[in-house]
Amino acid sequence: MIRFENVTKTYPRSTRPALDDISLEIERGQFVFVVGPSGSGKSTMLRLVIREEPTSTGSVLVAGHDLALLPPRKVPRLRRQIGTVFQDFRLLPNKTVSQNVAFALQVLGKPSRTIRMLVPETLELVGLDGKGKRMPHELSGGEQQRVAIARAVVNKPPILLADEPTGNLDPTTSLDIVRLLASVNTQYGTTVVMATHDNVIVDELQRRVIELDSGVLVRDEAQGGYVLKNPDEEAVAPELPENDLWANPDADWADDVVRGDD
Amino acid sequence: MRLRFLLGDVWVGLRRNLSMAISVVLVTMISLFLLGLGLLAQRQADVMKGYWYDRVQVSIFMCTKESRDPNCPTAVTEDQKANIRAQLDQLKPLVKDVFYESEQEAYDRFAEQFRDTPLIGNIAVGDIPQSFRVQLSDPSKYDVIASTFEGAPGVDSVTDQKKVLEKLFSILNKFTRYAVALAIVMVVCAVLLMATTIRQAAFSRRREIGIMRLVGASNMAIRLPFIAETIIAAVVGAAMAVGLLFAAVRALVGDNNRNVVLNQATIGAADIWHVAPILGAMAIVLAILTSTITLWRYLRV
Repeated sequence: MIRFENVTKTYPRSTRPALDDISLEIERGQFVFVVGPSGSGKSTMLRLVIREEPTSTGSVLVAGHDLALLPPRKVPRLRRQIGTVFQDFRLLPNKTVSQNVAFALQVLGKPSRTIRMLVPETLELVGLDGKGKRMPHELSGGEQQRVAIARAVVNKPPILLADEPTGNLDPTTSLDIVRLLASVNTQYGTTVVMATHDNVIVDELQRRVIELDSGVLVRDEAQGGYVLKNPDEEAVAPELPENDLWANPDADWADDVVRGDD
Repeated sequence: MRLRFLLGDVWVGLRRNLSMAISVVLVTMISLFLLGLGLLAQRQADVMKGYWYDRVQVSIFMCTKESRDPNCPTAVTEDQKANIRAQLDQLKPLVKDVFYESEQEAYDRFAEQFRDTPLIGNIAVGDIPQSFRVQLSDPSKYDVIASTFEGAPGVDSVTDQKKVLEKLFSILNKFTRYAVALAIVMVVCAVLLMATTIRQAAFSRRREIGIMRLVGASNMAIRLPFIAETIIAAVVGAAMAVGLLFAAVRALVGDNNRNVVLNQATIGAADIWHVAPILGAMAIVLAILTSTITLWRYLRV
């Protein structure tokens, strides 16, 4: 489903590669944790999969397509095959829960009959039935992340990427969210790739674990726990280019969609 | 993208950014109004040319006893007049028509035109020279007549009524140039304002755009609402400009409607309807170009 072949990614203003000669394959329907300290290249891996960034060398294949050969106008089609969930939820604050989920279908031009059918169905799947009319700010963090997951899977994409989806949540809620992702994985057969540094979750679920350290693949276990080689050594996160979907979660994530004067 | 969803998006966008939308409408209106005025002035000149060129005449004035022109030692003789008449006949078809106006006829016409003024007492028969009034099939070939008869025996002077009209045309041409120059400046303002408005609109909807990119909305789906909003604002501006043109034409030439002769030589509603599609097309082209370039430049999709 997702294959990395000798992938190296170096950001323009960085000397050290964010990913260093990574080769791995994630099969259809797998649930994979990507672990490692901050700056180890977890997010970069996910960014390459939705072609938010090109690789420096090597190739990333998604559903059999080499992303380096994908013309820019076909990138939207790729992203329709991939749902994405972030640490900071990224809900539209002026839309209700239902509208937030429906938005993902509306902008793809889905007929409103389909939308009326899929949205409640998906809200039920994520455990939010009856809360469709709430506004995001009326929900708890865990519930907001459920809305974000509903939005990511409402179009039934074969791949779901989650970048630290539990980073803003307390441990109990975190476990609920990961169980939800696991149930999406089993119910829909969705390939789930989750970047995290939450050891409790990883140890609890006992799924495939890919560990990165300074951009290097150091461990790939079929059923592993969260064991970091050098947990004290925290690498510095790379400086992301402007206008990036992976903006710093502390900042307003959408600030850079519109470019400045440069 | 469904039409209803698109229209809803456009409506929300315009409402959220109302003051900017209004300023785009107004600036577009003024720039297209000026452009329209320029185009109408040009049409006015064309209408006048069409109307008056058929009617302007070249006058060949004969020598009188009082002529001070060195070409006129004596008053014109019958032989000289016959010569001129013969030469004019040879110049057909350039010469479409020739009227001869005797001194008496010239005096009568003058007396008729100025019958209620004291001028009439100062003029006697013979003060206005007899003349050939020549109508040309091509009024621009006045020079041929002038060079043939200027200095011919018995000819005092050759004058062309067209010269008077040319002055008027040059005024209209100047007016056109000023109006179009101003229009260009205003069009630049309109384009810059559109670009700023789009950037602001894009910024106020950056979250939506971010989600759209993420879920794989096509570039067109992301851009279309902005382009549609700009087109709507520009077209409303163009419609208002056309309204202003109607008001302006009515104010400038509307009072002459009672005068049948002038009415035929001035522009009217029909001319505005000729200019309106040009302005509308211009508005749409400007809106599409500006929004496409701005979005391409500033919006990451």
